[in-house]
Amino acid sequence: MSAIAFADPTFESQAAFRRIMRAMSAPGTMVDCGEALAPPPPLVRAAAAALLTLADFETALWIAPSFPVEVGEYLAFHSGAPPAAAPDRAAFALVDLAADSLDLARFAWGTAEYPDRSTTIVAQTSSLDAGRRLRLNGPGINGEAALAVSLLPGDFQVQWAANRAAFPRGVDLILVADARLVALPRSIAIIDGAE
Amino acid sequence: MSADDAAFRPQPETPEIAARRRAMALLARARREELAEPIAKRWPDHGARDLKPIESGLVMLRGRIGGDGAPFNLGEATVTRAVVELPTGERGFAHILGRDAPTARLAAIADALWRRDAGDVETVILAPIAERLAAEAAKTRAETAATRVDFFTLVRGEDAA
Repeated sequence: MSAIAFADPTFESQAAFRRIMRAMSAPGTMVDCGEALAPPPPLVRAAAAALLTLADFETALWIAPSFPVEVGEYLAFHSGAPPAAAPDRAAFALVDLAADSLDLARFAWGTAEYPDRSTTIVAQTSSLDAGRRLRLNGPGINGEAALAVSLLPGDFQVQWAANRAAFPRGVDLILVADARLVALPRSIAIIDGAE
Repeated sequence: MSADDAAFRPQPETPEIAARRRAMALLARARREELAEPIAKRWPDHGARDLKPIESGLVMLRGRIGGDGAPFNLGEATVTRAVVELPTGERGFAHILGRDAPTARLAAIADALWRRDAGDVETVILAPIAERLAAEAAKTRAETAATRVDFFTLVRGEDAA
């Protein structure tokens, strides 16, 4: 049996969009997302909500090979997004930090003329309460924001510094765990990523 | 960025695709009772459930003058879409003109049933619809034919002189 997505696509995706926008505009802010969804495992609810809301027939979606076929079918069927041939051709990417390595350089960073032609990576993790502590600052943060993310790769801070240095090029990252979501847009600096 | 990644290029026409296209085209033009009655009688426990909520929206109609002119946008039409799945796994899709959600759902169920029991659906549902459509088309042709005027020349002045 195939899984069902939003019961009311128009209003539920608008509600999810509003929350993702809040997460993006105030990085480090945790929002609830996709509570009512039941996507095929291991896809978590907030990742499903983000991709069902943002991806459509014009945005190529790259799904990490660790995900079973059902996840790809679910997202393709309900969002209409075509599969991307490679990570650096994707408008959106789905990665599971528990199974895949996160290498930001593999994805599309856009060009100086078109920095928007970059990949927004939806990375799902086990917890957004425990794990590596990140301190963030940058646009949208009054002073400093704190965040804890599980399963981040060891060199994440180095990768993120490179991503930040390439501004306005670079990738945006959406971190999700279960039905919670937090965004790290490329404009954000991580000032301290110690364990 | 998805131009060469696009998975939505039209598929080459195969006999299966042509048959499904014909079935879906007939179902799209079915009246509600033409679907509701045979489905209730022959497949009362089809158990289909909606995979996507039934939605109404607009599609752009494109036209060409004389069949070979440049395509232009004629206007938008209201279309209702339904997607259902049977307990046995067949998916049915329907797009019908207008905003009649129950009919769209019935057409999608009939499409899903067609993928499972093509022969039965063909005789119980599709054949009567095809018959009605053919009769309507014949009637329109007959009415149009009755108003036809054939011009011919009896005598042309310059030849007579």
